[in-house]
Amino acid sequence: MNKNEGNTIMTEEVELMKGNEAIAHAAVRYGADGYFGYPITPQSEIMETLMELHPWTTTGMVVLQAESEVAAINMVYGGAGCGKRVMTSSSSPGISLKQEGISYIAAGQLPCLLVNVMRGGPGLGTIQPSQADYFQTVKGGGHGDYRLITLAPASVQEMADFVGLGFDLAFKHRTPAMILTDGVIGQMMEKVVLPPHRPRLTEEQIRKESPWASSGKPAGRKRNVITTLELDSAVMEQINIELQNKYKHIEDTEVRYEEIGCEDVDYLIVAFGSCARICQKTVELAHEQGLKIGLFRPITLWPFPSKILNRYADKVKGMISVELNAGQMVEDVKLAVNGKIPVEHFGRLGGIVPDPNEVLEALKTKLRI
Amino acid sequence: MKEEIIIAGFGGQGVLSMGKILAYSGLMEGKEVSWMPSYGPEQRGGTANVTVILNDGPISSPILNQYDTAIILNQPSLDKFESAVKPGGTLIFDGYGINHPPKRKDINVYQINAMDAATEMKNDKTFNMIILGGLLKVRPIVTLENVVKGLKKSLPERHHHLIPMNEQAIRKGMDIIKKL
Amino acid sequence: MNVTDIIKPENIVYQKPRLMNDNHMHYCPGCSHGVVHKLIAEVIDELGIEEKTIGVAPVGCAVFAYNYLDIDWQEAAHGRAPAVATGIKRLNPDKVVFTYQGDGDLAAIGTAETIHACNRGENIVIIFINNAIYGMTGGQMAPTTLINMKTSTCPFGRNEQLNGYPLKISDLLAQLEGTCLVTRQSVHTAPAIKKAKKKLRLAFENSMAGKGTSIVEFVSTCASGWKMTPEASNKWMEQNMFPMYPIGDLKNV
Repeated sequence: MNKNEGNTIMTEEVELMKGNEAIAHAAVRYGADGYFGYPITPQSEIMETLMELHPWTTTGMVVLQAESEVAAINMVYGGAGCGKRVMTSSSSPGISLKQEGISYIAAGQLPCLLVNVMRGGPGLGTIQPSQADYFQTVKGGGHGDYRLITLAPASVQEMADFVGLGFDLAFKHRTPAMILTDGVIGQMMEKVVLPPHRPRLTEEQIRKESPWASSGKPAGRKRNVITTLELDSAVMEQINIELQNKYKHIEDTEVRYEEIGCEDVDYLIVAFGSCARICQKTVELAHEQGLKIGLFRPITLWPFPSKILNRYADKVKGMISVELNAGQMVEDVKLAVNGKIPVEHFGRLGGIVPDPNEVLEALKTKLRI
Repeated sequence: MKEEIIIAGFGGQGVLSMGKILAYSGLMEGKEVSWMPSYGPEQRGGTANVTVILNDGPISSPILNQYDTAIILNQPSLDKFESAVKPGGTLIFDGYGINHPPKRKDINVYQINAMDAATEMKNDKTFNMIILGGLLKVRPIVTLENVVKGLKKSLPERHHHLIPMNEQAIRKGMDIIKKL
Repeated sequence: MNVTDIIKPENIVYQKPRLMNDNHMHYCPGCSHGVVHKLIAEVIDELGIEEKTIGVAPVGCAVFAYNYLDIDWQEAAHGRAPAVATGIKRLNPDKVVFTYQGDGDLAAIGTAETIHACNRGENIVIIFINNAIYGMTGGQMAPTTLINMKTSTCPFGRNEQLNGYPLKISDLLAQLEGTCLVTRQSVHTAPAIKKAKKKLRLAFENSMAGKGTSIVEFVSTCASGWKMTPEASNKWMEQNMFPMYPIGDLKNV
């Protein structure tokens, strides 16, 4: 689609493309070193677009179709262990398969970018959109006490933008970051201004930026070992404490959210990703009916914007968390609000996406307005 | 101006590509656009639909349950979406295969026999362009000039020689659409 | 003549490889791992590739392999070493990458990763320790455990009806277009060690020449798991393991 290769900066280059395609374009332009994936609907366009772009002939980015999601995430582990900017993408069942690797990557303090274009589950489920992997993403997923920086884009533009943001945060904190989205944003076409081309980092730059990277031991430096094993529990506890300190720092510094029409409102809708887009229209409809309702959109699902929501609890009469699941983020909203006001949930399941009117009716019933 | 459009029909009728060309034309017109293929149970049973929104300002929900304009290409889609047209809105349908025409009186209903026209033109592939022409006649949301630009942008270069034929089909659609 | 007169560089006839550090090895007496580690250290040193070699350690007895060789390492999840190595090698084509894996890691849980890395012809070296038993977890059945051989999870001997047959994974790998060297060696005698080292060196040379995947299987002992003395283990290996896993090249192109 875009024939402007090279390192030229073209800031106002408006394209129309799917969210999945935007991720692929953004990865090449960001200067990613590698992508490893396995096909699964509804995100296969990411690898397909990368293959079409054949960046190995331009930027030198490696794109490889692995034999499984399990292999793909471990290829990411290997690349990330060398300090390279590597990524993978999948959809819910495939992300479940990757969880072992994600736990190792978090434990090994390896930066990388993960993309989950969620579909309805459990099990093989449906290819239709869902947000039912919220718990899996922000509460663990794999084994052990670790966290994933989780970005929830609500537009094709954000799909493109969060590739760079995700990599930057991952490298800043030496931890994996995930773009958590679904088929609505992945399959939808919208206008997007792609980020400018950046060259990939050189070996020298990587050595400087990531002195921990294990990619061959030059004379004079100690060997680098990427490992997650420590049989001495006293040492392992210390490693865990250091990880938790890092997570605390991320919680203190990396919270991102958007407030849409939240001034002087009686009620707040809390929604992320595709649901936030739908609820934006719900808010418009509510205003037409004279209802004072605002939309609060967490952009980082972890770290969750708890403090700001807690402050809203002093100002509004109630909140409703609208999600494509049976009630997951609502638990974090409740924890944030800590019982100050009623917090309700409205969700559709199994791939059904509610329309803005349906949300408005549910909101009125549940919050008794 | 905002236009919320649903295009619905059978898979293979060019529903998604018509939506795409409309979206690209909107892009050329400098509008905000969204193109959202059918998600949800309505996709089953061989039907396909796409929601296209063109707006001067930002677009909120790409998923709707009420539309300014519905373009209906088969009976199941008519049964499903006739009630989803906003009062005063527009419904355009291809006459082929419609046994029970629309009944609503509070909307503007247009018929366009695009399938017959495409057969006459001996080119089935122009079907969705004829429909698009009909739409632009009754809802001039984008100019023909920008549609041609949109076609150029969305089609791979090897298909650019087909653009004059598509333009001809659009003009045909503009001619044959009639209000009921 | 006293001790200091004897310990002089010119008198050295044998020494610990330069790339092996002073960490105490956790391997049991009689185990083959230590010898294979030494050979890897020697080959890397002799080829002058220590600055560009990355080892990938497995889960199993060799999980701590990274403690002993003074190069960069990455520790993989169980069975995933070939995938991790693929990631490293694809992103660093000028580096030398090897995996070090046991029979459970390579031929049970990691079978898919092994076969597909080999089938893609990844330019890596796979070092495969086959001792027919899970050593680290306490002597359970491995995919390569022999028929009638007793382990803690087949205490009455491996029964083909119940457990299937010993898996000759190297024979399978030799069939794949992507492999250039598939060889089976052992390190139980001085001549065997000498021969094995030549093949190991060839494997690394293949990788540097971009010829495809090289697999060096070491038919090995596990004195602790087999519940024998090291000496008896060597004899048992010759009598029982070698007939099933014959020493020699399966493929060398």
